[in-house]
Amino acid sequence: MVRFSRVGLRYPEGGGAWALSGLDFMLEPGSFTWLLGPSGAGKSSLLRLMHLSLRASDGEVEVLGANIARLPRRALPALRRRIGVVFQDYRLLPHLSVFENAALPLRIQGIPEARLTADVREILRWVGLLERADASPSTLSGGEQQRLALSRAVVARPALLVADEPTGNLDDAQARRVITLLREMHRLGTTVIVATHSEVLPVEYPAAALRLESGRLVSHG
Amino acid sequence: MADIPRLRHLKGRDPLGLRRALADRLLPALVGAMALLAALGLAGAQGAGRLAERWQAGASGQLLLQLPSDADAGAIAERLAQLPGTVEAALVPEERLRQLMAPWLGEVPNLPLPRMVAITLRPDADQTSFLEVVQDLPGAQLETQGTAIQQALRLAEVLQALSVAMLAVVGLVGAALVTVATRSGIAARRETILILHELGARDSDIARRFARRLAQLCAMGALGGAVVAVPALWALADQAIPVVLAREATAADLPWGSLLALPLVAAGIGWLTAWITLRVWLRRL
Ligand SMILES: Nc1ncnc2c1ncn2[C@@H]1O[C@H](COP(=O)(O)OP(=O)(O)O)[C@@H](O)[C@H]1O
Ligand SMILES: [Mg+2]
Repeated sequence: MVRFSRVGLRYPEGGGAWALSGLDFMLEPGSFTWLLGPSGAGKSSLLRLMHLSLRASDGEVEVLGANIARLPRRALPALRRRIGVVFQDYRLLPHLSVFENAALPLRIQGIPEARLTADVREILRWVGLLERADASPSTLSGGEQQRLALSRAVVARPALLVADEPTGNLDDAQARRVITLLREMHRLGTTVIVATHSEVLPVEYPAAALRLESGRLVSHG
Repeated sequence: MADIPRLRHLKGRDPLGLRRALADRLLPALVGAMALLAALGLAGAQGAGRLAERWQAGASGQLLLQLPSDADAGAIAERLAQLPGTVEAALVPEERLRQLMAPWLGEVPNLPLPRMVAITLRPDADQTSFLEVVQDLPGAQLETQGTAIQQALRLAEVLQALSVAMLAVVGLVGAALVTVATRSGIAARRETILILHELGARDSDIARRFARRLAQLCAMGALGGAVVAVPALWALADQAIPVVLAREATAADLPWGSLLALPLVAAGIGWLTAWITLRVWLRRL
């Protein structure tokens, strides 16, 4: 599903420092994995490599069977569409309604309107936002916005779901609700990886874990 | 809050929200002004072209031979008429000459007038034999309108070239305007573009959405410019056609084809410029 081999990452603006180095790990298909580590450890950077927002400076990244370094640029969009991403800051489109935000990945795929509506309504019902379908995202609470972001990430049934601190801005109750939804996706067969700096969540929901410190993997499994 | 009812209408046809991000009236207005200039340029090019054609067709081969009043003008006219390159060579009747001269000479019945032979040469004919004959006639003066025509033709050519250059400049300025508008649209929707990119939208899809919107704005502006150009061009035709073509102007004299083409060409320039601008920008992601 995902394989990192001796992966290193340097940001062009990073003054030559390695944000990530020597990463070696695999995510099995259908697995659920916590990505742990303090702020600045490199969790977001690792996930960006995984959802093809960045390219590794060193080593090999393999996602959904494709070696990213060898993939031509024009092949990336199709691969990205098979990966769902939930960002800590939601990254919703403020000028679109809740429904339209959730529908975006299907529209990008060119799914016809008739088929799309049922799927989007189903996913909005799943995250508890169906009654808010016509609202503007700016009128939603933080928890609701994160659930909307999650519905957008999964509406196209991705094989891989990547969540970067999806509970970082939420209170406990909202955080649990989001984690429950993520675990449900896992139960339905999606490969899920969730970054968090929380020490509580992995204890509450035990699963495989990768621990990062200063850009290096310090523990596995 | 007032936004919410409108959100429903945005639907997926405009996920970038370009109708609002690129809603300013400035671009269509400027494109409209450019289209008006283009219409005037086109009319100029077309008018100059027609003028040149008419001068060439109507005036080439028309000569007036002036002979001393004692010359045997009739015999000379006959001789000239038999030359192979001549279509017609006829003595201008004295009556007609007096009429023509009257405004300058007044009614002076006894003033000896020069004799005039009006000659039409075949436009494609070799004129050397004709000129040799004329040179041997004592006191003969050939009045060709040739030099004046040549100058006028050159003027028409210059006008035409200027019109074409003006069209090119208008097109370039239009493309520059579209580039600026596209960049401001990118700036307004930067985050949205990045999100669509990360969700797996193809560069070509994003570029096409911008291109379509810019093409639409340009077409609207150019259509407005073309509409405004109609009365302006009519006023011009109404004044110029009687002078140039010696007849009344009619609706058929306006360059309708060019006017209709303006919105299409503007849309094309808008589409292509926006598309290239987006592709260049997206390349860096
Ligand atoms: N866009 C960037 N440019 C330069 N350096 C960056 C950038 N993003 C992150 N970094 C650096 O990479 C390291 C890891 O950051 P990040 O992946 O955001 O960690 P985390 O998500 O675990 O908090 C940090 O030292 C951070 O300063
Ligand atoms: Mg982070």
